[in-house]
Amino acid sequence: MLRIMGKKLGAPGFTALPAGLALRSYSSSAKQMTIREAINSALDEEMAADQSVFLMGEEVGEYQGAYKVSKGLLQKYGPERVVDTPITECGFTGIGVGAAFYGLRPVVEFMTFNFAMQAMDQIINSAAKTNYMSSGNISVPIVFRGPNGAAAGVGAQHSQCYAAWYGSCPGLKVLIPYSSEDARGLLKAAIRDPDPVVFLENELLYGEAFPVSAEVLDSGFCIPIGKAKIEREGKHVTITAFSKMVGFSLQAAEILAKDGIDAEVINLRSIRPLDRATINASVRKTNRLLTVEEGFPQHGVGAEICASIVEDSFGYLDAPVERITGADVPLPYAANLERMALPQVEDIVRAAKRACYRSLPIAATA
Amino acid sequence: MAIWFSRSRKIAHFLKPKIAPSEFLYKICSNYANSSSFRTLGGENCRNPQVFSDYSTTILAFRRRWWRPESTRAGEQVETPYSDDDYEDENQALDFPGGRVTFTPEMKFISEASDKRIPCYRVLGDDGHPISGSRYEQVDKETAVKMYKSMVILQIMDNIFYEAQRQGRISFYLTSLGEEAINIATAAALTLDDVILPQYREPGILLWRGFTLQEFANQCFGNNADYGKGRQMPIHYGSNKHNFFTISSPIATQLPQAAGVAYSLKMDKKEACVVAFTGDGGTSEGDFHAGLNFAAVLEAPVLFICRNNGWAISTPTSEQFRSDGVVVKGQAYGIRSIRVDGNDALAVYSTIRAAREMVIREQKPILVEALSYRVGHHSTSDDSTKYRPINEIEYWKTARNPLARFQKWVHKNGWWTDDDESELRGSIRKQLLTAIQVAEKTEKPPLAEMFSDVYSHLPSNLHEQEKSLRETIKRHRQDYPTDVPV
Repeated sequence: MLRIMGKKLGAPGFTALPAGLALRSYSSSAKQMTIREAINSALDEEMAADQSVFLMGEEVGEYQGAYKVSKGLLQKYGPERVVDTPITECGFTGIGVGAAFYGLRPVVEFMTFNFAMQAMDQIINSAAKTNYMSSGNISVPIVFRGPNGAAAGVGAQHSQCYAAWYGSCPGLKVLIPYSSEDARGLLKAAIRDPDPVVFLENELLYGEAFPVSAEVLDSGFCIPIGKAKIEREGKHVTITAFSKMVGFSLQAAEILAKDGIDAEVINLRSIRPLDRATINASVRKTNRLLTVEEGFPQHGVGAEICASIVEDSFGYLDAPVERITGADVPLPYAANLERMALPQVEDIVRAAKRACYRSLPIAATA
Repeated sequence: MAIWFSRSRKIAHFLKPKIAPSEFLYKICSNYANSSSFRTLGGENCRNPQVFSDYSTTILAFRRRWWRPESTRAGEQVETPYSDDDYEDENQALDFPGGRVTFTPEMKFISEASDKRIPCYRVLGDDGHPISGSRYEQVDKETAVKMYKSMVILQIMDNIFYEAQRQGRISFYLTSLGEEAINIATAAALTLDDVILPQYREPGILLWRGFTLQEFANQCFGNNADYGKGRQMPIHYGSNKHNFFTISSPIATQLPQAAGVAYSLKMDKKEACVVAFTGDGGTSEGDFHAGLNFAAVLEAPVLFICRNNGWAISTPTSEQFRSDGVVVKGQAYGIRSIRVDGNDALAVYSTIRAAREMVIREQKPILVEALSYRVGHHSTSDDSTKYRPINEIEYWKTARNPLARFQKWVHKNGWWTDDDESELRGSIRKQLLTAIQVAEKTEKPPLAEMFSDVYSHLPSNLHEQEKSLRETIKRHRQDYPTDVPV
């Protein structure tokens, strides 16, 4: 199996700072924090607060993390709490699940969620279903985390988005951060949660910095699971997105604003449970909806959101719901093809205009 | 593991046999008795060279070659007149990641099969008398009688529940017929603190620990008194208070989980271990490899017990693996292992007692392969006469029956009579039939239990779904089954 290890995309300036202190202050008043730092500090704080929390995965210890996310943790907590594992996803996932069964709170890191498919039975049949099938006798307070979705030029087997796969499974909670505030707050909530949580990160976002307030930096900071965030308020069209696509949607919204279209961008944050209330309230306000995701179109997150709106707010729609998704092909490697197989900002802009009847729907031009 | 030593012809020419081969084997043994890698079965036997030399190959398959190279075939054991000094000769060794190895100009493949299979440890003969020279842990009257009674109860329970399925009263059942000794003797050798991760053919452990016939019946009927709240198929028992993890259908997933549980147990520093079961078929799963490998690397106190009963549904062991059963796989992971006659209750008892003690004292995993035969069909969904001869099944059911053998021993000790037998059988049968009737009449779990425990706390979407369902039921009462309370 090819392993893309430590691909430091988007992290040119990351230096060796001790865990928890890696902050870059700019001249603006708000502190900046990269996603990598956010995840690292969240892990650090939760491990300090609760002795039963431990991290396990390939390269998490001596190598400081395949993407340097767990930097400094081995040095601080020792090999009993930061465990380097042999290469067997189903093995170390099984061990994590067993440890959770018996009262520890493991954080299992997958080098990417593509490799987690080898542990699918342990995640779904054991972690997700056991609390139910043991009638509450065996709870599974485990967190599965790692990069999800496309990176850059890593090919089909390293680029799939699993939000829809895990999102369909009862018993799991599925979280997917965009900003550093999301990453910190949602990971802390995930670790503290008594249920199994799948925490989908994004490799390309690890190095991206976001402003964080003092509240976010507090070690008690937590974001409630199941609540979406309205990143940008608007009144003409609702755009739902998650992970990297939130950034693209915000860029699209800026472009649309110049054309007089005021887009509302919702950062889902939580795939399961899905915040249907927030999405429906927004659509009832704007009457138009686009869903954006990197994953494959069939049975995707957008399909679920569309069905939810049709069920709850059909009468409010003034235009058909459009899904913007990755192409229905295994992701190609060549840079030009890869770009064409994933949603880009222009795709979101064009779709928003179609929804606002500023241009013809796709069917009419065929 | 093969250790072979070779010499260039020049030097070997000067060697003469200094000592007799069997004496030499003994010397090799005692030389290595202190090195940790040989503190295995072979290591223990080193003290008795007579016993050791009975094995032409053991877990430590010593292979040597004559100083004349042409006399050997790969896998043949040949005696050799090498002195002990050879082992310390630094020039003959190389450093590699993983340690130091001696090298040889001779290309020799380790044979895929030894001449003799690993023997199994046995105490009782078929006649119920201990075989001569057998060493075992003595079992007192109280324990022995409880063991025998439990084996009988397990057997009757299996037969009656199987019949209940055939009558359509429960949807599914799976027997442990033929493996009663493995079930009960193992349970007797453990303590209540030892955490059990079963496969699915070990209800005897629960029975030993105090699970009642009514509790078994409730789970099979999925009624309101079922600890599983009616969520699982029959035989998927689980009980926190008996330290018995809820049975999960996918095969062998409990093996790496056992290493995880043991990791947690180790941090608690408890005087207990984890006991994980699998069958012969389960050893083919990837999880078997991961579980054993990890347990060895993490030094987790797990006792792995493989019930090699010869069949994985219709797959015989000859199609399951090409190794000498499961016991030889232990050493591949650096795990101490033993093969035992699974139909011999005393042998199983002694083995598990010894293994458990080692696991806890040394905080390392151990693998036990218990040889047996699956007398029953795989489950009620199977008819094994379709793929194996009926007379084979009959043979194991009668001539090799573990209950009969143990019964002869307890009877011989004056601890059990025929009257006790018929009284027990009659009483258990009655209790079981009553338990089934009671379980059948008990209400099914209420509607709320469909939505609870998906998560630790009921999420809002499930709360809404439950509300919506209740409204639907109110509107269409006639479409809703009458025996499920709302």
